[in-house]
Amino acid sequence: MRLMRVSAIAKKEGIQIIRDPYSLAMAFLMPVMLLFIFGYAITLDVDNLPTVVYDRDKSSTSRGLVAQFRESRYFTVVAYAEDHADIDRYIDRGRAKVAISIPEDFSKNMATGRDATIQVAVDGSDSNTATIALGYIAAISDLYSQRTCKALAAPAIDPRVRVWYNPELRSRNFIMPGLIAVVMAIIAALLSSLTISREWERGTMEQLISTPVKPHELIIGKLSAYFVIGFVDVLVAALIGIHLFDVPLKGSPLLLMMCSSLFLFGGLSLGIFISAAAKSQLLASQVSLITSYLPALLLSGFMFSISNMPAPLQLISHIVPARYFVAMLKSIYLKGGTLKLLIFETAALAVFGILTFMIANKKFRKRID
Amino acid sequence: MGSGREEKGPHGDIAVDIENLTRTFGDFVAVDHVSLTVKRGEIFGFLGPNGAGKSTTIKMLCGLLMPSGGSGSVGGYDIIRQSEEIKRTIGYMSQRFSLYDDLTVEENIDFFSGIYGVPAERKEKRKERVLEMAELRRRRTDLTRTLPGGIKQRLALGCAILHEPPIIFLDEPTSGVDPVSRRNFWDLIYGMSRAGTTTFVTTHYMDEAEYCDRLGLIYRGRLIALGAPAELKADHMKRDVIEIETDRTIEAMDALHAHNIESAIFGSSLHATVKDGDKAIPFIRGILGDARIEFRGVGKITPSLEDVFVNLIEEA
Repeated sequence: MRLMRVSAIAKKEGIQIIRDPYSLAMAFLMPVMLLFIFGYAITLDVDNLPTVVYDRDKSSTSRGLVAQFRESRYFTVVAYAEDHADIDRYIDRGRAKVAISIPEDFSKNMATGRDATIQVAVDGSDSNTATIALGYIAAISDLYSQRTCKALAAPAIDPRVRVWYNPELRSRNFIMPGLIAVVMAIIAALLSSLTISREWERGTMEQLISTPVKPHELIIGKLSAYFVIGFVDVLVAALIGIHLFDVPLKGSPLLLMMCSSLFLFGGLSLGIFISAAAKSQLLASQVSLITSYLPALLLSGFMFSISNMPAPLQLISHIVPARYFVAMLKSIYLKGGTLKLLIFETAALAVFGILTFMIANKKFRKRID
Repeated sequence: MGSGREEKGPHGDIAVDIENLTRTFGDFVAVDHVSLTVKRGEIFGFLGPNGAGKSTTIKMLCGLLMPSGGSGSVGGYDIIRQSEEIKRTIGYMSQRFSLYDDLTVEENIDFFSGIYGVPAERKEKRKERVLEMAELRRRRTDLTRTLPGGIKQRLALGCAILHEPPIIFLDEPTSGVDPVSRRNFWDLIYGMSRAGTTTFVTTHYMDEAEYCDRLGLIYRGRLIALGAPAELKADHMKRDVIEIETDRTIEAMDALHAHNIESAIFGSSLHATVKDGDKAIPFIRGILGDARIEFRGVGKITPSLEDVFVNLIEEA
């Protein structure tokens, strides 16, 4: 391997990226945009659910219950209904997601220690939000009944639950680390998948393959240019996560960078392999989206827990490198994971990287046919 | 390089040697049993219309395309088994402009210097020479895409010879370039040839063919003639060419056509191909006189390569 050739290619590639506004935007703007879109929009926490209240009891007890709901940050009372038809209207028009209807005998029942029922309607068209809302409603009602009738039955079991690693259960804390993996997967595959097919399309490859340059020199040269970009993106993502989204990094930044490098190596090699195989930019970008971005988004455990997937999908997820990277990122970010704990994932990423690099190297031919 | 020279052995003065070289794409035979040799230091012109198989042949010689049949060597290296060795020995300029448009002149030169492994101590000197050759000393920081076509071609040639290869392959280097730039480009080729470089160049310009030491004429994948321009004219032009100098070329052509004499317009004159020139001249004078077409002269001329080529294709 001649270092001179590798560095000539890396330098050329770097200049081309910097001069091309589209490449530049894809390299630096897109990751930031993705981080913001995912970071702000995809929050699985349910806050400020618009709620309509139909209080037929109109007693201090019923108002106390409503106040309990209002005080929690989960519900915002948007209106008080005058009758049942009102509730229907609010839910139908989407102005409220939750309706709480308190019957006339609510305070009487509470006072006499009988079962006091309230009716709750939840807009189930968003099942995820509905499920979470129901949980909150049950919890708030329990809390209220415990407060108002302390003398009455205390629960037999009083679990003192402690949530580890993410005590506030902020979904952002677990989305953000995984998000870095998704962003990296896109950058790695999309950027690099165009690099060889572009040269075939523009005709520059014909000149290049008439020179003594070796396939691995060409690939390593191109890899290094995109590696620098990917590395900068990881840094930016980590900084945005820590400073903008308040996601703490418990583990070692060095380990984070090392794992990211390993993942980038594999992702970029995959992109270059696709590029070498496809010879057209359009095909290359589509294939790379399907083979890296979608699996990274859906099968990596970034948002959707792998253990909840059907068995065949769980099996497939084992060959998705993002799966290992997501596990590493979550561990490093939230648990302060160490290399010793992550040795299996590290090995998996290394094997994937070396294998794809070798396949890419084999696939790239210095011939036209 | 020592072992390389030994391998060349008996072919010491042969730069390119191919035997029955064939390439098919499906049912289409792009190159059909082409055999030829090019001596060291020669300018060999590969002539033929578009789609005749010129580029396909040159790509096989440069190790870019695998032949379907036949054999050959370039610089003593086998074109099938030693394509990587060939790539170290040659400079190649493809038909399509293949430098990086979004790099500056200097960046392109530096890039190819790096790729060809030009030693650091010689890099600057060679860069300056290429800049001078392409007349780009003052535009070295310009983006390549902003250069005019003729200058681009010179830069492309310069980049292909940064490593001073003994053999260069130029695929239609002057297509789409203005006549003055074409002439300048050929001056560069002459210069390199005098310095001992073997040049294998394809073209469809007949005037350029006259500049070559030897020519191969390819038509529909088959080599239909091979030799020096003068040899080709002597050997293959069995009919005479009569030149009629007149301002009324089209009327003259119609008049001759009425007497079954076919002719073609060459600028301000007419070329008629006839079996026996000496007999035809008085006959043609008579026809033109009858038709009252003034002419400055009618006479036998040495056929041009274009006449030869048209004649060969009609026979092929």
